[in-house]
Amino acid sequence: MSSLALAPAFDSRFDRILNTVAAWTLGLLWLLPLAYAAWTAFHPSEYSARFELFAPLTLDNFRTAWEAAPFPRYLLNTTLLVTTILAGQLLLCTLAAYAFARFSFPGRDIAFALVLVQLMIMPDVLIVENYRSIHRLGLVDTIGAIALPYMASAFGIFLLRQTFKTIPRELEDAARIEGCGVLGVLWRVYIPLARPTYLAYALVSVSHHWNNFLWPLVVTNTVDTRPLTVGLAVFAGTDQGIDWAVISAATLLSSAPLLIAFLLFQRQFVQGFLRAGIR
Amino acid sequence: MTVSSASPARRHAAALHGWLLLLPAAVMLAAFTHYPALATFWHSLHTTARGNRAAEYIGFEHYQDMLADPIFHLALKNNLLYALGTIVPSVALAIVMALWVNGRIAGRGALRLAYFTPTMLPMIAVANIWLFFYTPDYGLLDQLRGLAGLPARNWLGSPDSALWAVMTVAVWKEAGFFMIFYLAALQQVSPELREAATLEGASRWQYFWQVLFPLLMPTTLFVLINATINAFRLVDHLFVMTRGGPDNASTLLLYYIYEIGFRFWDQGYAAALTMVLLALLAVVALVKFLWLERRIHYQ
Repeated sequence: MSSLALAPAFDSRFDRILNTVAAWTLGLLWLLPLAYAAWTAFHPSEYSARFELFAPLTLDNFRTAWEAAPFPRYLLNTTLLVTTILAGQLLLCTLAAYAFARFSFPGRDIAFALVLVQLMIMPDVLIVENYRSIHRLGLVDTIGAIALPYMASAFGIFLLRQTFKTIPRELEDAARIEGCGVLGVLWRVYIPLARPTYLAYALVSVSHHWNNFLWPLVVTNTVDTRPLTVGLAVFAGTDQGIDWAVISAATLLSSAPLLIAFLLFQRQFVQGFLRAGIR
Repeated sequence: MTVSSASPARRHAAALHGWLLLLPAAVMLAAFTHYPALATFWHSLHTTARGNRAAEYIGFEHYQDMLADPIFHLALKNNLLYALGTIVPSVALAIVMALWVNGRIAGRGALRLAYFTPTMLPMIAVANIWLFFYTPDYGLLDQLRGLAGLPARNWLGSPDSALWAVMTVAVWKEAGFFMIFYLAALQQVSPELREAATLEGASRWQYFWQVLFPLLMPTTLFVLINATINAFRLVDHLFVMTRGGPDNASTLLLYYIYEIGFRFWDQGYAAALTMVLLALLAVVALVKFLWLERRIHYQ
């Protein structure tokens, strides 16, 4: 009896140690590239590939990177870009989701199916034709051009429609009796009650577009419009003379804002991704 | 059945309001998703306009060129290998990670963070970090090999390792993202199931394959669909790490489309290549529709 009870206990304890060691080995392995980048960024370049515990720390690499390329401008461009996209998405997706959730009109189901097409065929793979359109509109090399293809997001429409559908109709009826019109109901009833969905969507949208690269690369060609990702690629790719310490510093610099936001609001970010993912 | 509120006038008003609300999003979607998808096909049947020479209709000539284009074949083959070689390990790792950080493990919060952090970095930044990591002689990987007495290796510079090196980066970036979906699913699993399985004398291996894995199936399908789309959509790291090289050994379909469309400015041929990508995505969509929608429906 006692030996039977003991055996699994011993087994599970040994087991737990084994699992902990394995999990942490993988964890450290996962952190290694990042830790390495941090090492090179915070040490003089002669220590880039030499690991000495007491190597002098420095912030010079960050200063050099900051001055060598227009990173403040890139940062501003990215900030403008993600806010423009988010504002456009919130407006367009809210209206469309409201239409799909609460109005019946001829062609609604077909229209909804056409919206869902974008979940599969994202603007990212249509760069050739979208460039043609943007070129014809004379918008090449503007922040608006980067934002336009992402404004109507199928994903946002879908997510908000699901949320709006869960809101009891009685609330809408009550607001109507109070004298609210179509938009009044949306503003007073639906939007406030969908706040968690909006937060989740906003976090997913911002982190996606903060990191987006290919389309911005295609439609921008000056410092005034380039977002951080493109600026970083240009900076690291221009010539081989720039040393690794500075490139590492620039890399950390351009990832830092989002990374810090994530560290501060971990729970909200993860909840956001989950909420956005569960369809 | 229908309540009196559905009088014809009201129905018309509702229909009008519905369409008006939808209109702005519909216009943008049509302009930047539906139109370009159709225009891709149309333009793939034409030559690229150059200088004062207008585009002319050439039928399926681009598609014939494509069949004879060795780089296209390579890009397609690479992309399929890339899809397989990134999806399987990142999903497997995601499950293992989720099982670990779901259990009672020392430093669970820190561990979750370690796994998830690569997800929050831009792919371009990730590529920079790994580029240095892979640098021959100098980079950390070769330094570690040096400690073991192994010779230096040009990971990104040799055709037989470049694609694998790039795939490793994608796995590193994605596994932690998929982990959170598995973690959420595991937290829904009742602990009684495990107790019951233990009472029945099931080993951990049996418990995982016969109880847990089937329960995680919806999550796995969701993750697989996303991972597949990403394998064809995300090529940012190639720009920094290999530029598709050496000798196109690591080129992927979308990267090749970029090169043809924006480096060689042959937009007609790039459109034909895009059609292949769209066809691949349509297959994914079809699989998703037939496989997934049966369980989770959009109602």
